[in-house]
Amino acid sequence: MSFVSLLWVLLLGSLLGLELIGKVPPTLHTPLMSGANAISGITMLAALTLIVKADGNVPLLIIGSVSLGFALFNVVGGFFVTDRMLAMFSRKPSNKK
Amino acid sequence: MNIPVIIKFLIDLLAVLLLALGIKGLSKVKSARDANRLAAFAMSLSVVGLLSYYLGTSGIAIESWIWIIIGSIVGSLFGAILAKKVPMTSMPETVALFNGCGGMSSLLVALGVAIFPISTSLENFDFFKSLINEVSISVSIFVGAITFTGSIVAMAKLQGWLSTPGWTQSKVRHFVNIVFAVASFIAFFDLINGNTSSIWLLVIVSSLLGIGVTLPIGGADMPVVISLLNSYSGIAAAAAGFVVDSQLLIVAGAMVGAAGLILTQVMCKGMNRSLVSVLFGGSLSAQSTASSGSGEYTNITSCSVEECALTLEAANKVIIVPGYGLAVAQAQHTLREVTKKLEQNGIEVVYAIHPVAGRMPGHMNVLLAEADVPYEQLKEMDVVNPDFPATDVVLVLGANDVVNPQAKNDSSSPLYGMPVLDVQEARTVFVIKRGMSAGYSGIKNDLFDLPNTSMVFGDAKKVLNDLIGELKDLGVGEK
Repeated sequence: MSFVSLLWVLLLGSLLGLELIGKVPPTLHTPLMSGANAISGITMLAALTLIVKADGNVPLLIIGSVSLGFALFNVVGGFFVTDRMLAMFSRKPSNKK
Repeated sequence: MNIPVIIKFLIDLLAVLLLALGIKGLSKVKSARDANRLAAFAMSLSVVGLLSYYLGTSGIAIESWIWIIIGSIVGSLFGAILAKKVPMTSMPETVALFNGCGGMSSLLVALGVAIFPISTSLENFDFFKSLINEVSISVSIFVGAITFTGSIVAMAKLQGWLSTPGWTQSKVRHFVNIVFAVASFIAFFDLINGNTSSIWLLVIVSSLLGIGVTLPIGGADMPVVISLLNSYSGIAAAAAGFVVDSQLLIVAGAMVGAAGLILTQVMCKGMNRSLVSVLFGGSLSAQSTASSGSGEYTNITSCSVEECALTLEAANKVIIVPGYGLAVAQAQHTLREVTKKLEQNGIEVVYAIHPVAGRMPGHMNVLLAEADVPYEQLKEMDVVNPDFPATDVVLVLGANDVVNPQAKNDSSSPLYGMPVLDVQEARTVFVIKRGMSAGYSGIKNDLFDLPNTSMVFGDAKKVLNDLIGELKDLGVGEK
């Protein structure tokens, strides 16, 4: 990919993000923030790339692995905690526990 | 183009589509939970896509697998445990912590690529030498470091581990931060010029900048900062996408970055604060104590829990206004007990939720939902405001600035223009509060002086427990 087309990707991605969040009820602000936060852990793909391309370079493997750990902490924790919050909303008054 | 490239392209495309649908779905109550799972699925799909691409092309060495598995297990395990254990009231600091780790991850990737110049690009192998790569590495380190230290400071302040040092409220902090910022830019351009040794300078000063900017900000403004840092971690991920030449990373990072900015804007509006004043104004209470000199109350009526219970028993319609204080006292379950009793007596109960009630927008809804309050009883400000004149009793629990009539009546007030709940229109208002201390804005609340307002002093949880006892004595809720 050329740099220019990557810039286009960046631009379109930003516009998409602006458009998607247009109208959100305040109820969902906290879960949305937490869910979006989990998605920002997508940088785990960069960490994976680093490890695969490390070519036996141990310090690089370690950096990549630590980076992957941080990213997955963000992703897994973020999605779980968002699910926990949203599970409370789906509980209807008619549902007996 | 060979087959692995095409497959990866298709998987990435699908992942982006699903992520976008996920974010979209998260903005509706009905679809939110499924949308969150959809986004999680899209993320795992993208991992499968990347790994199968490498398996189909260069292959993945055994040692790479080992380090992938170690990193994945440790990270996922800690993330899952924390997510399961953390109480709902500490949601803001949890999001901050997760967010900081995402920033750290981007920072480490950029560091790794910078220190060990291997080819991480997927197609052209001398890509890393180019200027673009140097720029994206520098951006990734800069934004990643600020996100990490900023989020950690935000978390520590919300947890009460860190207080606001005095010097950060003086002008000195601007000077210190400008020094950090200038130093960052010098290191930034030095790095782009090819001087790799300045990378450590960049890491250090941008980390310090993250601390220096976040430390002066008061606890009440922290959610705005977390939301902004959330946006930054998206930008850091997008920059890392440029580093490793991944369109998927760029799109997803940009989406999160843009969405975070919008959310930050919404929060600022709800608090009647501009982003600039949050970031550079310091703590609001320190700033406004001087300006609000008329802070004397003249007509405070205090009453006992018993009187409060008697009035509640005679009411037809009750509106609850929950706030930060309720969250701090963790009294949402006790509150639910009280309202259950009232409902059993045929009293209509509604919760009025100010857009920034709690510690984050929407946080109060989460807390009340945790206490089994039916979603239908939570009314947004615009919906509930016309109902106050027809309401017998309003219970204000740990909310202060969001019920201050000054915001509507007094154009000289710093709160003027902030949307508030018109609780003073109701027949009787009870304010449950620990003492006469001001809200986070440090501004006198005219509501407390009104003849139809009575103060019930005490910790929210204790008062509510006493209230349950009094209601029981009156036979409310027992058929």
